[in-house]
Amino acid sequence: MKGKLKKIIILAIIFGLPAVIGIVQMARGKVLYTSFGQALGTWFGAFLTLAIVSFLYDDNPLYRFSEALFIGVSAAYWMVMGFWTVLIPNLFGRLTPWLVSSIIEGLEGKKPNYFYLIPLIFGILLLMRLSSKFGWISRWALAFIVGTTAGLNFVQYAISDFTEQVKGSIIPLITLNGGKFSILGTFSNTVLFLGIICGLIYFFFSVEHKGFFGVASRIGIWILMISFGASFGFTVMGRIALLVGRVEFLLYDWLGLTPGM
Amino acid sequence: MGKIYDKIRNLDRRVVFLFIALAVIIPLLYAVRFPEFPTPMAKGVFDHIERMPEGSRVLISFDYDPASEPELEPMAIAWMRHCSIKKFKIYIMALWPLGQNMAQGAIKRVILKDFPNYKYGIDYVNIGYKSGGQGVINVILTDFEKLYPVDVTNRPLKSFPLFKEANSLKSMDLIINISAGTPGLKEWIQFGSDPAGTPIIGGSTAVQAPQLYPYHPKQILGLLGGLKAAAEYEKLLGDKYPQYSDVKLNKGRMRMGAQAIAHIVIMAFIIIGNLTFFIDRARGAKKG
Repeated sequence: MKGKLKKIIILAIIFGLPAVIGIVQMARGKVLYTSFGQALGTWFGAFLTLAIVSFLYDDNPLYRFSEALFIGVSAAYWMVMGFWTVLIPNLFGRLTPWLVSSIIEGLEGKKPNYFYLIPLIFGILLLMRLSSKFGWISRWALAFIVGTTAGLNFVQYAISDFTEQVKGSIIPLITLNGGKFSILGTFSNTVLFLGIICGLIYFFFSVEHKGFFGVASRIGIWILMISFGASFGFTVMGRIALLVGRVEFLLYDWLGLTPGM
Repeated sequence: MGKIYDKIRNLDRRVVFLFIALAVIIPLLYAVRFPEFPTPMAKGVFDHIERMPEGSRVLISFDYDPASEPELEPMAIAWMRHCSIKKFKIYIMALWPLGQNMAQGAIKRVILKDFPNYKYGIDYVNIGYKSGGQGVINVILTDFEKLYPVDVTNRPLKSFPLFKEANSLKSMDLIINISAGTPGLKEWIQFGSDPAGTPIIGGSTAVQAPQLYPYHPKQILGLLGGLKAAAEYEKLLGDKYPQYSDVKLNKGRMRMGAQAIAHIVIMAFIIIGNLTFFIDRARGAKKG
């Protein structure tokens, strides 16, 4: 009971304190809204932000409400966007131009293209997934999607992520800058070359990692660790940037605590 | 001393969150800023755009949503400004559903506000979002109209002079991709830039950047990774074009103060964590 009370008090502080500041700032005229809709949107956005952040203290119903709302709105938005930007112009605009000519310009008198019956049928097949009896039919459309994507990806991955990457790794160890020997360029290319060789040796298990292979695989693991460290650093930077964006919204847009810049 | 050590050793993770929150809130409240020193990568991207002639055709794909907006919007705005200053022909699209809205926001903030002489359909166009990721890129490689019969205003692409000049990815002079994940920069390199032979530059979230650096310099001309790179680009743009030198117009630079302080706090916690680890190990060795 004591723990529950503590949780309620802390959550009340998380939501209540900024809300009080917000009301005071509004009363002082520090935050000006152009319409009621804008005010409502800003306050609701602030509430949802705080509800999501409140999870850092502990799981709570407000967090779960915001999470569910976010998922629901996202799914609905995707569906609506898909309907208006893909189905209407790309399918109905070509299959039944007369039906959507009032929305899309330039379709008057256009003949239907019955080739688009094929994607329509595939689309309907996909929706059969919703039926427990005929759900298996959706596999036909799914197989088409998987097959096409795999075929398309295979070729481009082989080119861009294999041959082009190999080509990009074949670099001169000694570099010149304006005809003069470049220490930095040479160092950079040497590190890249040794890093690739040692990194590959680390994953080469057909030879025991002793002697030369032992040293090289040891350097390889260091290279991998440094790259993982860099990735971690970048991840931290990214997450903090998102936090800064949200806090900026709360402080400047909602509470009107903009500093005198 | 032992008690303090034990407290630090068993520090509640929520205390760390509180410190991070303060490290972000205080610099934002007091407008803490640090000077930006652009890296060769940011300079390379800037110089490439700077060298391109007036009227060059540039395709900008907004492949992000509000979740990554704080990181990517500053670079999107900076690129839109730079392309508009250089009087490029700008083709705008999105592979993410909300990317279309992000693009509309950038158009409103840059073109409609600062470049009123830019004419829709003649100097810039927004063809919006289409689902399909790499499939979309694969189709527009040869023909935009196959997949984009109309733009965001539901007018046929054929009706715009921009698409009479160029109707495929191959006819672009540069692709700029602002990417928050998949589909994004990787797909644009694989399915767009590589097969079309069109140069590409990109901006990505910091999380994504390490996966994309291996494509530089052969497959991608330059990469802006995260908020820091965006702030560097804003600095370069402000130095060259003083109308954009005011920090208030550059959200990337405004946010970097809080970002830097938060990094210092995180580094401090990493050092404290490592110290406790080594002290524990030394104590264990003594006992055992």
